[in-house]
Amino acid sequence: MENFIQFQINSMKLLNQISVFIFLIGFLLFTSVIFLGKYEVTEKNVSEFLLENDIKNDTIQNGFISVISKTGLKDKIYFNQFKFIGDLQFSITQHNQLISEKLIEKDGIVSEEIDQLYIAIQKEGKINYSKEILSQIFTEKKQKLLEEQTSWMFSSEKQYPDLAAFQKDFETKINEINGNIGVAYRLKNDAYALLNMTQSFNEGTVTKNKGLWLFLTFGLITIGAFIYHLTNIKLLGPKGIKNNGIFQNALTNRGWLAYLVFGYLVGFYIVLYFFPYYLNNLVTLVSPISESLSGNPASHWFLYGLMYCFAMTLMAIRMFVKYRNNNYQILRTSVVLFFQIAFAFLIPEILVRFNMPYYDFKNAWPLDYDFFFDWNINNLMSSGKVGIFMLVWGIVLTIIIVPIMVYFFGKRWYCSWVCGCGGLAETLGDPYRQHSDKSLKAWKIERWLIHGVLVFAIIMTGATLYTFFSGATSLFGIETYTLQKSYGFLIGAVFSGVIGTGFYPVMGNRVWCRFGCPLAAYMGLVQRFKSKFRITTNGGQCISCGNCSTYCEQGIDVRAYAQKGEDIVRSSCVGCGICSAVCPRGVLKLENSNAPKKIDDNPLIFENNMFKINPSSE
Amino acid sequence: MSKKIVIIGNGISGVTCARYVRKYSDYEITIISYETKYFFSRTALMYVFMGHMKFEHTQPYEPWFWEKNRINLIQGKVTTIKSNEKNVMLEDGKSIPFDKLVLATGSKPNKFGWKGQDLKGVQGLYSYQDLQLLEENTKGGIERAVIVGGGLIGIELAEMLLSRGYKVTFLVRENLFWGNVLPKEESELIMRHILVHHVDLQLETELKEIVGDEDGKVKSIITSKGDEIRCQLVGLTAGVSPNIEFLKGSEIPLNRGVLINEYLETQVEDVFAIGDCAEFVQHPSSDRRNIEQVWYTGKIMGKTLAHNICKKPQVYNPGNWFNSAKFFDIEYQTYGWIFPKPKENEKHFYWEHSNGEIAVRFCYDKNDFTFIGINTFGIRMRHQAFDKWLNEKRDVKYVLENLASANFDPEFYKLHEPKIIEKFNIENNTQLKLKKKSWKILFNSK
Ligand SMILES: Cc1cc2nc3c(=O)[nH]c(=O)nc-3n(C[C@H](O)[C@H](O)[C@H](O)COP(=O)(O)OP(=O)(O)OC[C@H]3O[C@@H](n4cnc5c(N)ncnc54)[C@H](O)[C@@H]3O)c2cc1C
Ligand code: SF4
Repeated sequence: MENFIQFQINSMKLLNQISVFIFLIGFLLFTSVIFLGKYEVTEKNVSEFLLENDIKNDTIQNGFISVISKTGLKDKIYFNQFKFIGDLQFSITQHNQLISEKLIEKDGIVSEEIDQLYIAIQKEGKINYSKEILSQIFTEKKQKLLEEQTSWMFSSEKQYPDLAAFQKDFETKINEINGNIGVAYRLKNDAYALLNMTQSFNEGTVTKNKGLWLFLTFGLITIGAFIYHLTNIKLLGPKGIKNNGIFQNALTNRGWLAYLVFGYLVGFYIVLYFFPYYLNNLVTLVSPISESLSGNPASHWFLYGLMYCFAMTLMAIRMFVKYRNNNYQILRTSVVLFFQIAFAFLIPEILVRFNMPYYDFKNAWPLDYDFFFDWNINNLMSSGKVGIFMLVWGIVLTIIIVPIMVYFFGKRWYCSWVCGCGGLAETLGDPYRQHSDKSLKAWKIERWLIHGVLVFAIIMTGATLYTFFSGATSLFGIETYTLQKSYGFLIGAVFSGVIGTGFYPVMGNRVWCRFGCPLAAYMGLVQRFKSKFRITTNGGQCISCGNCSTYCEQGIDVRAYAQKGEDIVRSSCVGCGICSAVCPRGVLKLENSNAPKKIDDNPLIFENNMFKINPSSE
Repeated sequence: MSKKIVIIGNGISGVTCARYVRKYSDYEITIISYETKYFFSRTALMYVFMGHMKFEHTQPYEPWFWEKNRINLIQGKVTTIKSNEKNVMLEDGKSIPFDKLVLATGSKPNKFGWKGQDLKGVQGLYSYQDLQLLEENTKGGIERAVIVGGGLIGIELAEMLLSRGYKVTFLVRENLFWGNVLPKEESELIMRHILVHHVDLQLETELKEIVGDEDGKVKSIITSKGDEIRCQLVGLTAGVSPNIEFLKGSEIPLNRGVLINEYLETQVEDVFAIGDCAEFVQHPSSDRRNIEQVWYTGKIMGKTLAHNICKKPQVYNPGNWFNSAKFFDIEYQTYGWIFPKPKENEKHFYWEHSNGEIAVRFCYDKNDFTFIGINTFGIRMRHQAFDKWLNEKRDVKYVLENLASANFDPEFYKLHEPKIIEKFNIENNTQLKLKKKSWKILFNSK
């Protein structure tokens, strides 16, 4: 019997180790896919690319092909995508420059004409600029163009003291006009366009054997992770809290492994947000999945969404195994996983398939910070009843549903049961929850930062709506567009992505939710001042061990309240319930109740029918 | 100039006392302690070894706390107390004057003069230094450890060592684990669980001798049954006793602990004792033992003493007994008194889940059904509810019917209360019905 058990455990251990190996192989292959492209730009695939992107224009095609013949890009085979993308960018720039120059020669305002104009408008030391003068110099087409653009400079409208002043205005306008002339013939050089092109020009092995590579990457990772977690059911021992070795392991105690993961995550997010074209192979790889859902080829956001769902699912299995003694954890993890896969991933894709706007019904403003951006509002308003419903739902969600739900259940209903950011934090991030800073100083920083972001989001959205309804492009001298762009970059990309997830292994899994999320800030205010939710502490049972504080992902010093017998009523609490799960004395319980909150010294342990303690805090 | 209060010992009792003295008064407060500079939670030592936490995490207050609250910390050992001259002498020769002196020096592990008890690899588990020693004694890994003494610290030590993959033999003198506190069924429940964790549990077995090798390191032990067990570590966890060696020869009267009255005063004026090291000449609450070595009483004593020093003295009154522990994965809580065997006027009602890991026991007066105490295993119960019901002298039927309101398990846990009541009804021929959870029950007074 003893031997049999030992044998069982040993084989489990072996299987466990093999699964780690399978996982690592899958992960390695996944990473190497990024570098497995084979790129070639030929006349044929250029015309195909242009056709696919609805660019039917010989000028562009011929221009670009002649440029790449000169730059040497044409017909050259690249295995190094960095070099390829560098050369591609160079060729595009060249093309755009050349084509502009050429077209300006033809359709633009050229310097001889300008010089003529300058002579013509000077009369008796005064500037006389008018429609007539234009007609003396320019062709009819150019006359019209100039009149459109510069009629406000006509002498009947505006007086210029001297030529220099006129020149200053005029030349700015000319640059604009000439600049606009080339536009239609330029090739786009932004991240999306580059991603698109690199995909089109890629003929590497991955593009040809997608099924095989899907198996070797997503497949192996899934198999490895699955077996690993299942064998742990046996290996971790009887159900219960198993935090053994967390502070002795390089992966979970900020050791070299943690920094490796940190580097990988941060690197991945930077590439994803700012240089997505380097992921072209992966995007191509998952394209069939995207096509089967929405009918469209994958973008890098689809790739990200898919990876997100995979990461959450595999790590949710880990949660089910680790917390299989705790129904709250199991239910919460299942629900948040459901909302990610169904609401954040599948439904939006399927909506697109039926020609409806891409929309995540659970994503509430201000987390969904571009909800009120004009492109989104316009898009929704032009999408018929469904679009209007989405618009109304989004507004109702934020101003009615969110606060009401927080009133009844605390912000946990969103942060750890519904939200995608929270969902990733609670699954992929769970092994790192112990790294949140519990110091008073961190709490101070938290309050300034998160409310700062909320204010930023409100100002930005206010300006956006002002622009939308008034048509003005700036408010109090600040360009709305600049506000949107800086919010998107600083908060949307760097804070919530690069830092929010990339920093899991060193700063804990809720950096974004704790310090940055404006929706969390908003719900936090409701939770702190008007909610039935609190964490109740069980009388005098606390032994100040510190497990609760250590494993609080939001950096709440739970013990500070528990040891005084106070309820925990904190705006940052996301109700993950782990403090309650890890407490060895059964001290903590998440509750929604009408009972008064205990926020002074608990009479049970201290008052003992003897003296009342003044509730002023220590 | 404000008066000086000196507290020896920065454990839970000394620190609680200091915190409340600061709250109530302007005393100049000094805490002297040799173990560590900052207060830490002794009860959490196990989690540091198991890697659940770092040592810093066991410290409930950040370092700035002490300065901000004007509590001076001295890390040092007191060797002599001169109560006439009103000062204490430190090991390094310094002398510290006091107006009031609080002794809160805690306990030390018992050693019963076993042969070989001072060998390398033999140790107790009480202090921070013990934790470090344990790391040293298990450095590079060991194969087997033997733990002597079946109490709470013993089972914690077993869990610690198992978490690192070492085999553990657990010697228990009685035929039941923690049988002086737990009734048979509960003890058996825990013992089954101990076995599930692959502990080699040896009942009715005592340590006879510890055998060392030529380097003075433990090599094996010999049990009272004559077996020799090879091991590299011996954990001595056969209870603790007050840590008062250094007080011998002072004017302060001692028995097993520092003798105090119901106001926590020793017989020497301005000298007080609290926590593990204190022993009541006669406990003001008749149901309590004169020495209570638990966290909670240390805390209540600390606060009571602060009150007594700074305000009008009150008799120490810890209220209803409660306690809790965790045996591997099974949590235990108790409210009121419940003894291994019912007393003459008492009756027990016991319910156990079919999985054998969840159980409750009620103790009540067999004549008038007054509720006396409860043990729970694998179910969390609300302290506040039971404290209230004990104070109100509710009968056990009332307690049972309102059990749902007292349940403190996390949300979505299965409620076992209907099953519990069903069994009570069958055994006692009653028709009790479980009432719905109600907040009013917890807040209305009788
Ligand atoms: C491993 C372990 C687990 C435990 N778990 C629980 C539990 O779960 N629940 C529970 O209720 N209780 C538990 N206990 C018991 C509980 O920890 C003690 O009852 C409590 O810590 C006693 O507190 P105290 O303040 O009286 O003394 P201590 O915490 O022992 O503090 C006394 C301090 O006095 C200092 N000191 C002593 N002599 C001198 C001197 N001469 N000069 C200077 N300083 C001196 C020492 O450095 C020591 O730090 C546990 C104990 C241990 C060891
Ligand atoms: S985990 Fe439980 S016992 Fe430990 S400090 Fe927190 S509330 Fe207290």
